[in-house]
Amino acid sequence: MASYSTNEFRGGLKVMLDGDPCSIVENEFVKPGKGQAFSRVRLKNLKTGRTWDRTFKSGESLEAADVMDTDMQYLYSDGEYWHFMHPETFDQKQADQAAVADAIQWLKEQDICVVTLYNDQPLSVTPPNHVELEIAETDPGVRGDTATGGTKPAKLVTGAVVKVPLFLEEGEVVKVDTRTGEYIGRVR
Amino acid sequence: MDIKTQIQQREDFYKKIREYFLQQAVVEVDVPVLGRYGPTDLHLASMSVLSGSTRYYLQTSPEFFMKRLLAEGSGDIFAICKAFREAETGSRHNPEFSMLEWYRCGFDLPRLMADVRSLVQCFLPGLAFETRSYAEVFESRLGLNPHPATDSELAELALKNTGFRGELDKAGYLDLLMSECIEPDLGNQACFLLDFPVCQAAMAKIGQDGSGHQVARRFELYIDGMEIANGYLELASAEEQRQRFEADNLARKARKLEKMPIDENFLQALNQMPDCSGVALGLDRLLWLLCRDRGLVEDTGINLEKVLLFPWHRL
Repeated sequence: MASYSTNEFRGGLKVMLDGDPCSIVENEFVKPGKGQAFSRVRLKNLKTGRTWDRTFKSGESLEAADVMDTDMQYLYSDGEYWHFMHPETFDQKQADQAAVADAIQWLKEQDICVVTLYNDQPLSVTPPNHVELEIAETDPGVRGDTATGGTKPAKLVTGAVVKVPLFLEEGEVVKVDTRTGEYIGRVR
Repeated sequence: MDIKTQIQQREDFYKKIREYFLQQAVVEVDVPVLGRYGPTDLHLASMSVLSGSTRYYLQTSPEFFMKRLLAEGSGDIFAICKAFREAETGSRHNPEFSMLEWYRCGFDLPRLMADVRSLVQCFLPGLAFETRSYAEVFESRLGLNPHPATDSELAELALKNTGFRGELDKAGYLDLLMSECIEPDLGNQACFLLDFPVCQAAMAKIGQDGSGHQVARRFELYIDGMEIANGYLELASAEEQRQRFEADNLARKARKLEKMPIDENFLQALNQMPDCSGVALGLDRLLWLLCRDRGLVEDTGINLEKVLLFPWHRL
């Protein structure tokens, strides 16, 4: 497997550290005037999602991680696995609960997600930034109240709970930003 | 900062520096940027160019030429010049940068530090200064006196405080601990660190500190945890300097780095050089601090690009 030297470290580069695949977030060059140079690197552990700060001697290298972000369509869940399909090759992958993690609450069949493959197996799943989901449960709507700015919790069909304006009813479809969990608007 | 402001800031900055040295009767010299020789330092990589079949090095500082002038009787001198260091790119580094270097004959380090302070206060008038010894700062933060410390003690400290597992020499561990643990703790004022470990003597004289440890007669000025200037009580012994160059080259060989030819003209001059102290100051960094002080750059951490008209990636 290829390896990368500190001077090739860039944001987004995938490398192996302590046996886990990581993504480089930041790399800062550190060097006292005539002294040894270092790279102060922030990495995100792609398995645990945790952030690591490590300092390397300049010129040290890390093995490349066989990690690839792939756009895949979410098909269905059998309760144990979540199944995804490559829209062109029709290649299918099954992701376990650890890989799907927080994305579960946003997964709607047929939506295109980013599936991060590590050694060709799903490591994590990122839902689309914006999803449109139906409200499954919420308190009855307050008619005509479109201006006060009040909100109430609404449970969506995928299980996510989002704050929505008071006038919305069960069965309506809302657009939500999955990165913040915030309501964006009503889909008519 | 718009382009006119940026140009104006640097022009005013240089004008004031020249005024300061005019008052001090320190004379400006214009020395070559290309030399036949480069430094032997393990961690300074020179860039070079060929003229015909002869190799010339872009200078990593004007030191060799300025010391030859001192030996020839120039008296106190300063230079504002470009310096070049291969592969040094980052928010605080640009491979080509602007340097101010000056030498004061008969000055010891306390006098030179006072001189540096007067110059810096022309630009940052409210700045408070303190002077601390390298050993005291190191020991108060990390609980170990750096001078007698062994490589394995330092490796252990590095692992405990930074998680670093790689292998370094003594100077390397000290550099790591300095940049990771000590610099961030130096506060937002100005701090002179004095009396460095002998393994980092470079071109400074060696002396003894109050506890009888051998130390390099060297200081660094930090402002806001950032290294701004590096001063030496200058070594004026060709013999000792040659031994240091040769030791550097042996260490370079062990690391499979290019052996650097030794500048005999420079060595010959050293024995004629008057007792003096000299200091190099990073102009781009000080200019950034000055622009920050004037509210012209955002205070979100140093980024030299804000004061360079053409940073490295825009060439």
